[in-house]
Amino acid sequence: MTAPHYLPEGLPIPVPENDGLSRPYWEGTRRGELWIQKCKDCGTWQWGPEWICHSCRSFEIEWLQVEGKGRIFSWERVWHPVHPALKEHGPYIVVLVELPAAGNVRMIGNLLGDPRQEVPIGAAVEAVFESHDDTDPPYTLVQWRRVDDS
Amino acid sequence: MNGRTLRGKVAVAGIGETTYYKHGQAPDPEFKLALMAILRAAEDAGIDPREIDGFASYSNDRNDPSRLAAALGIRELRFANMQWGGGGGGGAAAVGNAAAAVATGMADCVVVFRALAQGQFARFGQGPRARTIDGDMAFQAPYGLMSPGQRYAMKVMRFMHDHGVRQEALRAIAMASYHHAQANPRAVMNGRPLTEADYDASRWIVEPFHLFDCCMENDGAAALILVPAERAKDLPHKPSYLLSAVTGSDYRCAAPSHNAPNYASASFASVAPHLYEMAQLGPGDVDVLQSYENFTGGVLMSLVEHGFFPPEEANDFLKPENLYAPGGRLPLNTSGGNLAECYMHGLELQLEAVRQIRGDSTAQVPDVDVSMVIAGPMVTPVSSCIFGSEATL
Ligand SMILES: [Zn+2]
Repeated sequence: MTAPHYLPEGLPIPVPENDGLSRPYWEGTRRGELWIQKCKDCGTWQWGPEWICHSCRSFEIEWLQVEGKGRIFSWERVWHPVHPALKEHGPYIVVLVELPAAGNVRMIGNLLGDPRQEVPIGAAVEAVFESHDDTDPPYTLVQWRRVDDS
Repeated sequence: MNGRTLRGKVAVAGIGETTYYKHGQAPDPEFKLALMAILRAAEDAGIDPREIDGFASYSNDRNDPSRLAAALGIRELRFANMQWGGGGGGGAAAVGNAAAAVATGMADCVVVFRALAQGQFARFGQGPRARTIDGDMAFQAPYGLMSPGQRYAMKVMRFMHDHGVRQEALRAIAMASYHHAQANPRAVMNGRPLTEADYDASRWIVEPFHLFDCCMENDGAAALILVPAERAKDLPHKPSYLLSAVTGSDYRCAAPSHNAPNYASASFASVAPHLYEMAQLGPGDVDVLQSYENFTGGVLMSLVEHGFFPPEEANDFLKPENLYAPGGRLPLNTSGGNLAECYMHGLELQLEAVRQIRGDSTAQVPDVDVSMVIAGPMVTPVSSCIFGSEATL
């Protein structure tokens, strides 16, 4: 599913490195899919991307699509802006989400909803794809929202 | 324990600093500030500045050793060292690198320095201004995760959650720095006392950090001069012997996108045991501690990882009265530190550790033999070091 933009326009536009390391991730988010790395040789999940498996040092790394379901590992509520695009923009929440179905790798995003909400560590969240179609180049962020814990 | 050690081989002979300024307010350019601090350290050491034959710094200090050597008319340059990465986490490492050069005969008189003029150059606490961003920051900046405070708040949040640490523990760390700064005329916050009510009423920067949990940004320069232990005995000041200096970080500390396995950490878990092993001391032997406050939460985790108390006792230990000189259980940041003396990227903490050994701090702890410094927590690599009086040798 898609969502309105959580933060104002004008923040840096994410692009793959010129060596293409994270290109499969950013291309996947444009399709509304979450793709991360897994080692073909030892099965270790890995995030962020790297050219080698940190567990067995194999270069045989593949990209796999994973379900956008996770748990809040940590969080922060930002009040003081450090970028001009965020001036006058009230608090916002950054969450660090671990993905139990992918070796508990962690991903960063914003927690959608009331920026003053209580944020329980351990709460279940699901991915929401936030498309930025009018930028050059266009991109899609993976955001998170709380879901029923049961 | 193998026979390879720095313990007792090198001493600090001199210290010097410029006036400390609010950021952007230094009347002099950064390079001139560096020169002034180095000359004051040489004068303090009773050494002709032309005897300096090496330079060590950290965090990509902009003041190149070859230019410094030429400007100062130094006869011969033998050591030019930059500690890689880690920002303020390199402060004790730079001392260690300089000491290693002196101990092994690569150089005889090495200055450790750091200079900052953030009016002349960009500030630390600002987000990236580029239109596009790639690499690890591409997974962070678009979410408004940009500044050092934003980068480290989630580590502290998780640590406080895991161990039930209360905000009052962070507050006590801020109180200690401000308390000690009131006795220190060099301190930028001298004459600006902080009360617990001020702290509680201050705005959030990024939860769990209030305004007073965050370091200042300042202009100025500081320097220390290291010489062989034998030589230090003949110089004017009581020597501060380096007993240990260590740097590093634990397993995959820099894993991208906040994936360090030991996440809720100041990065000292693997480093601190080496510190004590080389010093042949333990945390109970430390008379006074300077612990780098980029953010108070980093001090909290640094103290735990250096064994001063288990995390479950943080709320009991981190009370202002325990942290105040002269009589507290562990006098902390006795010059005012990065919060209230000056953010000289933590090098001011090294100078203060030396003053405590000499007995001339403005918040002196009685009879200091063991004086410890912990540099910039939560980065990688981090570093820490211990100075001792002659009695510890
Ligand atoms: Zn592998």
